[in-house]
Amino acid sequence: MYTNDFVRRMQSPGGERRHGRSLHMDIPLLMILIALCIGGLLVLYSASGQSLFYVKRQALFMLAGFAAMVVVAQFPVRFWERWAVLFYCIGLISLVVVLFFGVGAKGAQRWLDLGLTRFQPSELMKVAVPMMVSAYLGKRYIPPRFTHILATLALILMPVLLIVKQPDLGTAILIFASGCFVLFLAGLRKRYLISAFLMALAAIPSLWFFVMRDYQKQRVLTLLSPEDDKLGAGWNIIQSTTAIGSGGLNGKGWTLGTQSQLNFLPESHTDFIIAVLAEEFGLIGVLTLCAAYLLLIGRCMVIALNSQSQFGRLIAGSLSLTFFIYVFVNMSMVSGILPVVGVPLPLISYGGTAIVTLFLGFGILMAISTEPKRIRIEL
Amino acid sequence: MINDAAFSDPARDRRIFTGRLLIAGLAAIVLTSIVLYRYFDLQVTRHQDFATHSDNNRVHVRPAAPSRGLIYDRNGELLADNRPSYSLSIIRERSEDLEQLLLQISSLIDISSDDIERFEKRLKRRKPYEHTPLRFNLSEQERGILAVNSYRLDGAEVTARLTRFYPNGELFAHVIGYVGRINERESQQIDSVAYSGTDSIGKIGLEKYYEDRLLGAVGTEHVETNARGRVMRILENVSPLPGTNLTVHLDSNLQRVAHKAFKDDRGALVAIDIKTGGILSMVSAPSYDPNLFVSGISQTNYDQLLQSSDRPLFDRAIRGQYPPGSTIKPLFGLIGLHNNSISMDYSIEDPGYFFMEGIERPWRDHNSKRGGHGKGVDLAKAIIESCDVFFYKMSVKTGIDLLSSYSEMFGLGNLTGIDMPGERPGIMPSREWKQGAKQEAWFNGDTINVSIGQGFMLTTPLQLAVMSARIASKGKLLKPQLVKSIDGVATQPVEVRESINMSDEYWDYVHKAMRDVVHSPRGTAKGISNGLNYEIAGKTGTAQVISISAEDEYDSSKIDKSQWDHALFVAFAPMDDPQIAVGLIVENGEHGSSAAAPIARLVIDEYMKSKSKQSQIIANN
Repeated sequence: MYTNDFVRRMQSPGGERRHGRSLHMDIPLLMILIALCIGGLLVLYSASGQSLFYVKRQALFMLAGFAAMVVVAQFPVRFWERWAVLFYCIGLISLVVVLFFGVGAKGAQRWLDLGLTRFQPSELMKVAVPMMVSAYLGKRYIPPRFTHILATLALILMPVLLIVKQPDLGTAILIFASGCFVLFLAGLRKRYLISAFLMALAAIPSLWFFVMRDYQKQRVLTLLSPEDDKLGAGWNIIQSTTAIGSGGLNGKGWTLGTQSQLNFLPESHTDFIIAVLAEEFGLIGVLTLCAAYLLLIGRCMVIALNSQSQFGRLIAGSLSLTFFIYVFVNMSMVSGILPVVGVPLPLISYGGTAIVTLFLGFGILMAISTEPKRIRIEL
Repeated sequence: MINDAAFSDPARDRRIFTGRLLIAGLAAIVLTSIVLYRYFDLQVTRHQDFATHSDNNRVHVRPAAPSRGLIYDRNGELLADNRPSYSLSIIRERSEDLEQLLLQISSLIDISSDDIERFEKRLKRRKPYEHTPLRFNLSEQERGILAVNSYRLDGAEVTARLTRFYPNGELFAHVIGYVGRINERESQQIDSVAYSGTDSIGKIGLEKYYEDRLLGAVGTEHVETNARGRVMRILENVSPLPGTNLTVHLDSNLQRVAHKAFKDDRGALVAIDIKTGGILSMVSAPSYDPNLFVSGISQTNYDQLLQSSDRPLFDRAIRGQYPPGSTIKPLFGLIGLHNNSISMDYSIEDPGYFFMEGIERPWRDHNSKRGGHGKGVDLAKAIIESCDVFFYKMSVKTGIDLLSSYSEMFGLGNLTGIDMPGERPGIMPSREWKQGAKQEAWFNGDTINVSIGQGFMLTTPLQLAVMSARIASKGKLLKPQLVKSIDGVATQPVEVRESINMSDEYWDYVHKAMRDVVHSPRGTAKGISNGLNYEIAGKTGTAQVISISAEDEYDSSKIDKSQWDHALFVAFAPMDDPQIAVGLIVENGEHGSSAAAPIARLVIDEYMKSKSKQSQIIANN
């Protein structure tokens, strides 16, 4: 404790970062985020049928996200480690409450109506679960022992099962993954990794028959042969691959994509927005976006490696890997290599809560990045 | 507080973490490569396929309906018009929930259960992405309501197209016919490309006969549509070619007079322009409103028409086959003269009945009070007073073979070849015919029955008109024609065969006898001669509906009206230069003289009136 307080008072080295440090901002990360947000708004404008309504709302959410990020970054890493338990519990209780009092659409109860605003507990858990697991494992022996692994799994599975029940399989899988990443990064032994892999393989049939709902199975079947149901479930995937494929190398030009502008593409401003980008900006656009994402993830990993505490390392690593999973799952499902699960494209897809959650995560990364360093790894 | 961290080695923790993060980073790069390979495959390798698919998605070739050719009467009056009509149709594939959509629509505008029923029938035979009509003839208000709500009626579309309209209603229903929606059987026979823009086809009458000409050629429109099928813009278009306009010989005024003259009676009338064979008027009474059929008749209306005992849908003019009765007497007289079985001086004494050798039963003379027409009945008197016995005798002398072969030249027993579908041939009996139809030999008794237009003999009103036109023109065998010009090009009169070569004195003799039917005080049709300022030649006829035995007197008061005799009349006018020939029947009208002849007079009067008006105009110019 004393040591930490002492170190905090020391001035950080490197004069050029002084401005960033004072606001606890990591300048490279901030730059990439801003670039992605601006690019995202441009694509959203076209994807929403050139409606400024969505763009304005999204921009407002982005500003709110930035503000939240700045606020989060001001707190020391130790603070988040200490209070992770509290956020986790709040999240867990809201998840239980949402099951009974939640509101929602299309048969899923995901929202809590708080009067002024609506709140989606599963969004909070996207940050709270990895934070909680990181806090727990950060204080434990590395690599984690069997009892710790069991405890960790319990911490992960409680919220995940509640979210599956909503049902929101996409979010549940992402949260499960973010928890598991912490375990993996904490050095989970190979024998556990291999047996987990084997168990997962064995679990697939029982998942298919006992856990997955009909519409979820339908999505898997549709992935295998979208042509079977051209106007029904296959419609989305046929139209999105058509949009992507017809974009070619250079694209049809901004706001000139016929698939999206003529409404052939479903969910074009939310989950399927990458298809709009691919149609209008071509493969070049896709590669540029991927490059930006990889830079972002790379920067986040560097922050993780430079973290002073085990908690910081684990949470930063988990958040970067989860971010990658977002991108991977979304790009895969839209291009038809994974079944359609409701995973938005981070920072680009329209959706307020998701944006704010993402920025909360980046806020923690900023805090980690700007905490006083004792040892630095130069890359 | 003692926990694991207290015993841990920070450097070792960091090392393990770094290793794991590197593995994860590598995995991320591998996964990204897979995803990017997929995008490369879609966007570069298979780009062409998807570009085509994307264009197919948005670009649709839409047929552009040609406007159907118009039909005018000889004076330029429009008989079949095209009017813009707005209909509501649904593209099944574009509507997410059809039932919900129908429910929404019926909450906005009036949709009857009949509409829904017919819509569902059409829905079954539609092609994918085709418009299936739900309601026709939307009012301006209904269109407004639909337009305001169109944003929530995905899959529904209001389309404007020209539909057929018959301004004269029932006046020309049988002859012009009507168009109706293409049915299943028709859709298998027609060229689907030619009809891709239109959903109606000529069903009967001229509309059917001249379908190929009236239809026009379909155009195409390349349009860009959105996913809901709404047209965003037109990319390219080839204009349709309108159908050919037809002008018919029919005269609306004449038709109006004739139609009105039938009042509530059933019957038919055909008037022919003797010089050209053009049909001036063709009426079948009662009639119906052809406009009912254009956008699909409702079941109730259709049942009503179908079940009416007056059979309004039946075109009596060309499909009604009736015994001609005495109307064929002038023709048979001509045949007898030409073949020398009688001469102009030949006369008989008519006791009122006729015995044939070997047959006990006599043939009665229907047209005289008991006692017959008396002495000195020659052909002229036999025609004027309609003496049966004369024709009984003459026909036995002439024989059925001559009667039948000559009658066929005058248009009896065969299709006249008029440019209308559905014509019936009637029957001109002959030995061969009886052998074929009845497997029986011909008897002289059969000839005697035929000699007064009874027995096996059947003719259509059209054939009667053709016959009287051919008598009037002294044997010019012109084909009856409805169409006067196609797109301004006049159709020429068609001679079906060489003119009949008969001595002029025979023609004149028969013409005069027919004139006297109307103009002599003993003529059977003298009733219509009052106030005539020109001369009409005619012949009355009565056709038995039920056979009355020779001993019994026909007494209309004793039998049901539906079994009363049919009244017939054939005529031509004016005598000095015959121009118009008429054949008509009034079903159950009893007497040609009282029921049928007055109608012919009205029609011929109207014709003469318009003729004199025309010549006045010509003279003034």
